[in-house]
Amino acid sequence: MAQIIIPTPLRKFTNNQAKIDSNKNTVQAAIEDLAKQYPNFQKHLLDEAGQIHPFIKIFVGEDDILDLDKEQTTLENNTIVSIIPAIAGGSYNYYNLLK
Amino acid sequence: MLLTTISEIPLVQKVHQLEKQIGNTPLIPIRNVFWKKDVQLLVKLEWQQLGASVKTRPAFNIIKSAIGRGLLHQGIRLLDATSGNTGIAYAHISAVLGIPLTIVLPENASKERKRILKALGVELIYTSKFGGTDEAQEKAQDLATKYPDLYYYADQYSNPANWQAHQLTTAPEIWEQTQQKITHFVAGLGTTGTFVGTSKGLKAFNPNIQSIALQPGTALHGLEGWKHLETAKVPAIYDTTLADQHLEISTLEAYNYVKQIAKKEGLLVSPSAAANLAGAIKVAKQLDKGTVVTLFPDDASKYGEVLQQLF
Ligand SMILES: Cc1ncc(COP(=O)(O)O)c(C=O)c1O
Repeated sequence: MAQIIIPTPLRKFTNNQAKIDSNKNTVQAAIEDLAKQYPNFQKHLLDEAGQIHPFIKIFVGEDDILDLDKEQTTLENNTIVSIIPAIAGGSYNYYNLLK
Repeated sequence: MLLTTISEIPLVQKVHQLEKQIGNTPLIPIRNVFWKKDVQLLVKLEWQQLGASVKTRPAFNIIKSAIGRGLLHQGIRLLDATSGNTGIAYAHISAVLGIPLTIVLPENASKERKRILKALGVELIYTSKFGGTDEAQEKAQDLATKYPDLYYYADQYSNPANWQAHQLTTAPEIWEQTQQKITHFVAGLGTTGTFVGTSKGLKAFNPNIQSIALQPGTALHGLEGWKHLETAKVPAIYDTTLADQHLEISTLEAYNYVKQIAKKEGLLVSPSAAANLAGAIKVAKQLDKGTVVTLFPDDASKYGEVLQQLF
């Protein structure tokens, strides 16, 4: 079971849960599942095409998924997935924007 | 009484001298990205002042008013939480005034910004990337509570000198530069200082002026400087009575305008500047006649990572 850490501003969408367990085995599947469990969260996580919004930064353990296998990064038992609010004119994840 | 040498110009006098470099930015027409007969679209180029962003206005006014009240001087550290333009603005001003500065920021703030702050002699304290700017604010508050003699905590989100800066400078500049013709003012909400102060100032000149507040369409977004008020801490200085209309702008819309503004207007602007123009264009499209004004808070020079993706 992987664990998704929800940043404070987004806990509004998860009934104030800070950590959510996921039995999915990729980042994409886990985020999709999260959006399905909490429908109000969906538009903040996924774009109209069902892709994870490019300005959301996701870490698996200590690593940015951009340095791993992007959305297809696999999740193991006890993996910690963190959603990080992007800040300050950098550190975003723009790789598939405007393509 | 100590004898003063030439280098020991009194702080109040240094503040007064610096004032000439704050604000007074040009207002230019946008004619190529959008054009409609009888509707004028005008933007203020806020990077054309000391510190190269709109935040120099509030940073200067916050510092000036704290000095005026005896709360800030060369023997105490100015402290605030900011990963962006406000920190850079404080850094330019405090360097000139000889006031030591401490900025609390999340560790994932961009390298460009950390470098600018370090170059200007700022002490940086990092908080976790997982906590965002909210955690940085909590850390700054903690430090200020623990060491009240060491720090003056500016707290831009609660400090009325933030919005008053815009009431005192941005609003009268727009009023004069449009020859009293402005009908609509459009701006995105961050600390909300720009929107609150400029709207208050303009509505005092003419209560019929409409104020349109912009927000990102989603909780997580790429519009640096903007807040999604539904999910963020609402700044204490926000005045909910001022907005005549609210509009949402998506990051994608803003990025498309970054490209168009570059190609058609010859200006390389930040995502929040492009988002302000996106909002202003939505407003202008609804009008048959009018003068719509917005701001470009800064240019693209601190957004290397965005530019790399867009161009
Ligand atoms: C680039 C940029 N855009 C917009 C804003 C929002 O302005 P304000 O804080 O006055 O609401 C800021 C400041 O926080 C900013 O740095």
